[in-house]
Amino acid sequence: MAFSDAHGRRLKAAIVRWVIYGATLLTVAVLFGILGYILCNGVPNLTPELFAWEYTTDNVSLMPAFINTILIAALALTIAVPLGIGAAIYLVEYARRGNRFVMVVRAAAETLQGIPSIIYGLFGLLFFVTALGWRLSLMAGAFTLAIMVLPVIMRTTEEALLAVPNAYREASFGLGAGRLRTVFCCVLPTAIPGIVGGVILALGRCVGEVAALLYTAGSVAEVPNFLQQGFAAFFQPTRTLATHLYVLASEGLHTQETFATAVVLLILVITLNLGANFFAKKLGVKREDG
Amino acid sequence: MSAKFKEKLASALFGFTAAVSILAVALICLFLFLNGVPALADIGLPEFLFGSTWQPSSGIYGIFPMIVGSIYVTAGAMIVGVPTGLLTALYLSRFANAKIAQFLKPGVELLAGIPSVVYGFFGLMIIVPFIRTSMPGNGFSLLAASLLLGVMILPTVITVAQSALDAVPRSYYEGALALGADHERSVLQVVVPAAVSGLMASVILGVGRAIGETMAVVMVAGNQVQIPTSIFEGVRTMTANIVLEMGYAADLHRGALIATGVVLFVFILLITLLLNLIKRRSEI
Repeated sequence: MAFSDAHGRRLKAAIVRWVIYGATLLTVAVLFGILGYILCNGVPNLTPELFAWEYTTDNVSLMPAFINTILIAALALTIAVPLGIGAAIYLVEYARRGNRFVMVVRAAAETLQGIPSIIYGLFGLLFFVTALGWRLSLMAGAFTLAIMVLPVIMRTTEEALLAVPNAYREASFGLGAGRLRTVFCCVLPTAIPGIVGGVILALGRCVGEVAALLYTAGSVAEVPNFLQQGFAAFFQPTRTLATHLYVLASEGLHTQETFATAVVLLILVITLNLGANFFAKKLGVKREDG
Repeated sequence: MSAKFKEKLASALFGFTAAVSILAVALICLFLFLNGVPALADIGLPEFLFGSTWQPSSGIYGIFPMIVGSIYVTAGAMIVGVPTGLLTALYLSRFANAKIAQFLKPGVELLAGIPSVVYGFFGLMIIVPFIRTSMPGNGFSLLAASLLLGVMILPTVITVAQSALDAVPRSYYEGALALGADHERSVLQVVVPAAVSGLMASVILGVGRAIGETMAVVMVAGNQVQIPTSIFEGVRTMTANIVLEMGYAADLHRGALIATGVVLFVFILLITLLLNLIKRRSEI
């Protein structure tokens, strides 16, 4: 046996160590490689024309797509955040342990989490766009995204609520507060950083999504005209920044502008991620991406 | 409003919001199956699943090449991503000093946050041209898709595997040390086996991520309907099939695409089920 002596054992340990170091180095290199490549090629191409208010096939401005991204993400979160937080409150604060309903809810949330975005897109197309007759629109896209990020918000809020020490609740009950007051005055304020972290994470998911939006929100590079059309503008087709990047990249005509668009999208997403981390850390809640 | 009534109302309201996710899953299943099954019945299940010709213009719908494509691409991504991911998780959990880990963890999370179009664009600009110039074929290939997806599943594999490794009680590791094993041996032969169900979960989550990925794959895989005979040939996945043709499909063609979604959905459900089985086994 070559490895029976101390020397051999030490050699084997060293090999194991270096293989592990190598793999980690590879991961780090890939991370920096991708970020560096996009940034280096994109930043020099950030021109003022790219931020023009109107999109034309010449300037391929990303501004309408950028505004649409904010609109659609805001709308999606307006729908998903109350539902997700409410559901998490129910699971943590109201439901009794071993409740059948809770088990089904958890299984459903877990299933939702595993569904790929293209399936959400397909569902959005069949349900919101076709069955409800919303056509390709801001509204249909936002609702599709809302369902997609619902489990993210549920899970992060649940973790944040679970991290609130039970003593807080007991103290509140001891002072004579009911369950509702305990939740809103004691538990939620303490859990806010974790919840905000989850919401920002969901926002990042919305911003980067394409597959779920291509056949629900469409790809028209115009901002819906709320001033002229009022509420009907919600049912105009829209193109978000990520969709814009996909369209540009697959056209392959404006490589420099595509890089610049990728940089804007990347910076947006990185900022959101850092924000989510910052808030999540404030409460000391550990976050895992599943 | 009496306090008691208020409490009841709040409880019901929160209960309703919790029920929304059940409703969502039910609606998704209902609408996918409602729209996909008639087409399946029309085409015939065996012809649809095992037919190797996809010619919407002549009414032939066989998605076997796409099923094989999805499996190939996912397997390729596993070969690229799983060893790297697991080893990186081992490093972060048992080898890194606190300072480096503090810097690497957000880095991995960042990798998870990068949108798939950005990955796809990167693949289109770097991986595809590299394969085109140094290997046979035009670059849009099974290999390109596997490499790109392998990178994309890294964060999933790393974070889940790391939390599984972190959860192994300290006493296991210390016990191994006390028996005279060195650090590497204690980790590999005691900590890793103790965390094995969590590690398996990380791999399965990676499979789910890879098989469902759409935009990045569409951009680099070439998308020819064929069963590739080498890794340098193009391949079309189920997800790509949906996204490429849904824009203009009508009638039975549209139904066939939705049915492709149903098949994909069934794959994902099986993966979720498998994940639950592993989780349950690890709890016992």
